[in-house]
Amino acid sequence: MLSIKNLHVNIEGREIIKGLDLEVKAGEVHAIMGPNGTGKSTLASVIAGREGIYEITGGEISFKGKDLLDMPVEDRAREGIFLGFQYPVEIPGVSITNFMRTAINEIRQYKGLEPISAGDFLKKMEEAKNLVGIQSKLTNRSVNEGFSGGEKKKNEIFQMAMLQPELAILDETDSGLDIDALKIVANGVNALKTEANATVVITHYQRLLDYIVPDFVHVLFNGKIVKSGGKELALELEAKGYDWIKEDA
Amino acid sequence: MAKENNNIIDEVTTSDYKYGFYTDIEMDTAPKGLNEDIIRLISAKKNEPGWLLDFRLKAYRYWLTLKEPTWAHLHHPPIDYNDIIYYAAPKKKKELASLDEVDPELLDTFNKLGISLEEQKRLSGVAVDAVIDSVSVKTTFSKTLEKLGIIFCSFSEAVQNHPDLVKKHMGTVVPYTDNYFAALNSAVFTDGSFCYIPKGVRCPVELSTYFRINAANTGQFERTLIVGDEESYVSYMEGCTAPQRDENQLHAAIVEIIAMKDAEVKYSTVQNWYPGNAKGEGGIYNFVTKRGICRGANSKISWTQVETGSAITWKYPSCILMGDNSVGEFYSVAVTNNYQQADTGSKMIHLGKNTKSTIISKGISAGRSNNSYRGLVKISKRAENARNFSQCDSLLLGDKCGAHTFPYIETENKSSIVEHEATTSKISDDQLFYCQQRGISAESAIGLIVNGYAKEVLKKLPMEFAVEAQKLLSISLEGSVG
Repeated sequence: MLSIKNLHVNIEGREIIKGLDLEVKAGEVHAIMGPNGTGKSTLASVIAGREGIYEITGGEISFKGKDLLDMPVEDRAREGIFLGFQYPVEIPGVSITNFMRTAINEIRQYKGLEPISAGDFLKKMEEAKNLVGIQSKLTNRSVNEGFSGGEKKKNEIFQMAMLQPELAILDETDSGLDIDALKIVANGVNALKTEANATVVITHYQRLLDYIVPDFVHVLFNGKIVKSGGKELALELEAKGYDWIKEDA
Repeated sequence: MAKENNNIIDEVTTSDYKYGFYTDIEMDTAPKGLNEDIIRLISAKKNEPGWLLDFRLKAYRYWLTLKEPTWAHLHHPPIDYNDIIYYAAPKKKKELASLDEVDPELLDTFNKLGISLEEQKRLSGVAVDAVIDSVSVKTTFSKTLEKLGIIFCSFSEAVQNHPDLVKKHMGTVVPYTDNYFAALNSAVFTDGSFCYIPKGVRCPVELSTYFRINAANTGQFERTLIVGDEESYVSYMEGCTAPQRDENQLHAAIVEIIAMKDAEVKYSTVQNWYPGNAKGEGGIYNFVTKRGICRGANSKISWTQVETGSAITWKYPSCILMGDNSVGEFYSVAVTNNYQQADTGSKMIHLGKNTKSTIISKGISAGRSNNSYRGLVKISKRAENARNFSQCDSLLLGDKCGAHTFPYIETENKSSIVEHEATTSKISDDQLFYCQQRGISAESAIGLIVNGYAKEVLKKLPMEFAVEAQKLLSISLEGSVG
């Protein structure tokens, strides 16, 4: 589904990702771990298509066989890539309801479908709200405006439930969450899991992986994946820290 | 990063004026230029009483002594007032009893604007006084309103049928000596709307007027007078779009509102004059004097405006809060794009005790435009416990536009409370990316963010206007939406 080959990314002339390879297939859950500043969030941003400071100097990214690098951000999203943000932004005056309806309809238009009916939309909203356990009132509020850290992260998973992406990349979704919120977020992600979609969880704590169990764990260090393994690798990292990886690398 | 997004913003903010077309209706026009003979001609064409001709001539003579003001943050080539046609009217036709008799081309114009009279009549129950150029073509619903004693007609008709009311109130809020453009309007105004709500009457429908400049080289000098008698209520809407032109067109209107004791007048406008092309050529010069007076105790006047058009906007809808406990409100969204310039804001003059005023101004600048807020809050000596709250926000799209705020506060009474808040923000790259990552195009994202930003003002508009206004904001800033 997602195939990254020999990816190189610079930020302001400095190489952050230095030849990264990653294959993600439908039905899989991957965890990307690593110490701070090793390029985890850069990787997430580049897959989603963020421009500006990121300069791709080499390599390929394809999604469902399509070349992603020439695809605008919104088309990548419409193709089914969802990024759960580490720091979701506030959009004052735009209700979550309006925001989601706009997003869903633009995605539907891209796929040649009619706009969603009001009834179907409301039904979808109810289901998604129940899944993440967010209150009805929240969706009438402006996107992320005045939300607590936990509410913002729940809102990301709520949007994921609304959009039902084929590939969800969750960038440090666990940061700033207490254990209850963490469970809710993890349960949401697990409930949305199917044989047809894939999830990439980016985190530097193993804690989240107690709830979202990965099929593969990758350690990102110094711009490269230096070690890959099963879920037991996460436990090993938890026990031994990252230093042994650094030495190996 | 800034560069890419500026490109996006440039792309989506340089769409062509959607309403660029004009109707070919036979005109009956005066020669170019301004002198006493032209004024006499206008007055005679309109079969006016002597006192009104005198008023015009006095205004004209006063205007000759004035110089065009230069204090606003606006730049334009000098206006040649003798290169303007001051009177143009569609050729007189027989009285129209139904829409079938209206010039089909005119109906077509309305249809292009999406404001077809039939639909308005049938669906929204809005009484429409449609003004094409200088003569009112069609007034609807006047019969219903008549039963309540409400007068809603063109200014010319009011002069003929209700001369005492016009004479009593005209020029009492905006005297012809008020400013350069008010003097000019008082000399040469050709038509406009008149509205009178009798004592104790709540007007059951939104009164609505659509203005439209429609002849090349014709300055548009509208004059509107709204009088809310004691304990009355009216919501009045004015909206306009203009056809595309190469030459600049001068527009200098006057709107006067009078609210007597316990009366409330709500005035809403969506202004979408032709703003000029992407290079800054053409477009309407809009120099408007709008002012209301809360003459009686407990009266209220509120102005809500959405300004998206005009090459130049010079406009300060104001309230004189004379009656004790009277309330003045100003809610504004002003969008400037390409080379548009807007210098707009409000004046709240507190004279009575316990008077309250609110100013909410949202400026949105894109392209190479300049958007200025200019406001005055004045608390007079006897205005005990007066209160004002002002909030002036500016939103910038791109880095070639300008936003400026010129607030003036004068208080002569220590018991007053005046608050002023101001913010300037940009649509951030983070916001755009967030929206795009959800599948929303950059253009739609800008539309969403801008509408969200302006929500506080948009929600003050009557429902049928709010939808149009949201569309206009999108059209003004985007290429594909709407």
